[in-house]
Amino acid sequence: MHKLPDILLRRAAALVALFAAMLLAACTTVTPYSDPVVVEVPLEGLDDLGAADEDIIEPSDTYIYEDDASGLSEKELLEKRVIYFDYDSSFLSELGEAVSNAHARNLGGDANARVILEGHADERGTREYNLALAEDRAKTVADVLQALGVDGARIEVVSYGEERPAAAGSNEAAWSQNRRVEILYQ
Amino acid sequence: MSAHSRIALFALALAAMARPAAAVVTIDVTRGTESRIPIAVVPFAFEGAGAAENLPAAIIEANLARSGRFAPLAREDFAARPQTPEEVRYKPWRLLKVENLVIGRLKEQKDGRIQIQFRLLDVFRERQIAGQKFTVPAARLRKTAHQISDIIYEKLLGRRGAFDTRIAFVTVDGRPRRYRLQIADADGHSPKTILESSRPVLSPAWSPDGRRLAYVSFEQNRSMVYIQDLWSGKRERIAGYDGINGAPAWSPDGRRLALTLSKEGNPEIYLYELAGGKLRRLTRHTAIDTEPAWSPDGGGVIFTSNRSGRPQIYRISARGGAAERVTFGGKYNAGASYAADGKSLVLITNQGNGYRVALYSLAEHSVRELTRGRHDESPSFSPNGDMIMYASQAGGRGVLAALSLDGRVRQVIRTRAGAVREVDWSPYGGQ
Repeated sequence: MHKLPDILLRRAAALVALFAAMLLAACTTVTPYSDPVVVEVPLEGLDDLGAADEDIIEPSDTYIYEDDASGLSEKELLEKRVIYFDYDSSFLSELGEAVSNAHARNLGGDANARVILEGHADERGTREYNLALAEDRAKTVADVLQALGVDGARIEVVSYGEERPAAAGSNEAAWSQNRRVEILYQ
Repeated sequence: MSAHSRIALFALALAAMARPAAAVVTIDVTRGTESRIPIAVVPFAFEGAGAAENLPAAIIEANLARSGRFAPLAREDFAARPQTPEEVRYKPWRLLKVENLVIGRLKEQKDGRIQIQFRLLDVFRERQIAGQKFTVPAARLRKTAHQISDIIYEKLLGRRGAFDTRIAFVTVDGRPRRYRLQIADADGHSPKTILESSRPVLSPAWSPDGRRLAYVSFEQNRSMVYIQDLWSGKRERIAGYDGINGAPAWSPDGRRLALTLSKEGNPEIYLYELAGGKLRRLTRHTAIDTEPAWSPDGGGVIFTSNRSGRPQIYRISARGGAAERVTFGGKYNAGASYAADGKSLVLITNQGNGYRVALYSLAEHSVRELTRGRHDESPSFSPNGDMIMYASQAGGRGVLAALSLDGRVRQVIRTRAGAVREVDWSPYGGQ
């Protein structure tokens, strides 16, 4: 379904985003309540509230993103830096497991290499539950790495919940890209 | 101060008051008017120089309508526009089936402040139910209108109103993204930013005294829990452990904070003593435990757990022990909090139609959906328990929405302040 170039593009985008994030140190401004900030943004048109009846969302719908690891070389597996998950699930697909295993072997061959595992969720459901779910996904991958001998000190797990989607949109195509763990080599 | 400069000042104050008013647009979605109290809020007269603004009456009318308990008469149907009790002729209002009449006057004082006087009249008994006079700076007229709304609500329903309260909400907009934690009046007006960040902010939670907000900020590039004092702007990071630091929830006495930490491996509920900083783990399970909320008596904590496979609500004593399952049915029940009477929960449910706000009856174990959105989130009761504020989507954009508890009146509050994600309704006091 998704060939190498897509993955590479996404990876490049992730790296660019990472560099941008590193360059732009987090900027946070605290304002006391007594010192208001005026915000002026043009008003848009009004829409009705709620969904049309045909827009029914089943919470149980699943989307097998790509689950065939057979025939992929070690190099191809290593080039995959994003592992995808089903709805409300932290279980690794066959491919996800193969990718995790390949990265574990790769980390085993380089004692200085470190990874950050970023867990993400799609937008559905509550934010705090998704924060926990996304961490569970990243920890699932971390568990595989550690089970194959990678020292836990070389693995950092961070959960962003649903706060940093890879794809915009409220449909399964976007959601399936957002339920993910990103493997970021340091 | 000369009369002229007073007039100028007053006009400025009115302009300042009117600007945040224009920043918000609301839509009523109303089903059925039976059982709502017919009332007419007559535009208040203004005595003095400067432009006469009809702000207080408009605010009172909008408040009463939004509560779902009142059916304000449309202005064009008014029998007359009396300003004093002597001017009121009750019979035409009776013919319009109006039960109560609100009249009032605004009068500019020599010192530039505004005297605002209102009367609540019983149309059938032809007598005054309530009446009060306030003298306030023009900038406080909006707040005074909320206070008057509260008086009317209490006189006619025997329940305390919650119009003179505030809401805290998170907005996001722009590229690069700007996340803002904002505080506004309960009707969404006069938003003020108290925290602005280039990284996500979530889960705002008012302290029971209304003076502080707890929230989760990603400003250190991962989730950490902070408490911010609203007046001084001073804040304290109270949880920055390895893993998740999230879901802060104040105990009813304000002395403890329940939160979610995954520092020991997976997300568990902890209790944090604000005095002394003692931390105690409450839950022990290999599944996800998060989104704690206190029972009204402070004796227990409910939380979301997927220990049964899917997210459901569980309850545990604040002293610890075994957790028991609370919600059954539905594929997804999460983000619950108690109604003030402790008899029901408001939560996010998915019964196959999207993520919606629902009431869960603890006695009957039944779920009643209150909204019709696809991604409704963070429902929060008004401090009197009569209304629910939540975040919804309109036209692909996050908006605030208010709901009367009977589900009869639902109102979208669209602010100019950005796309709304989460909201929490303040307790009484703290202003």
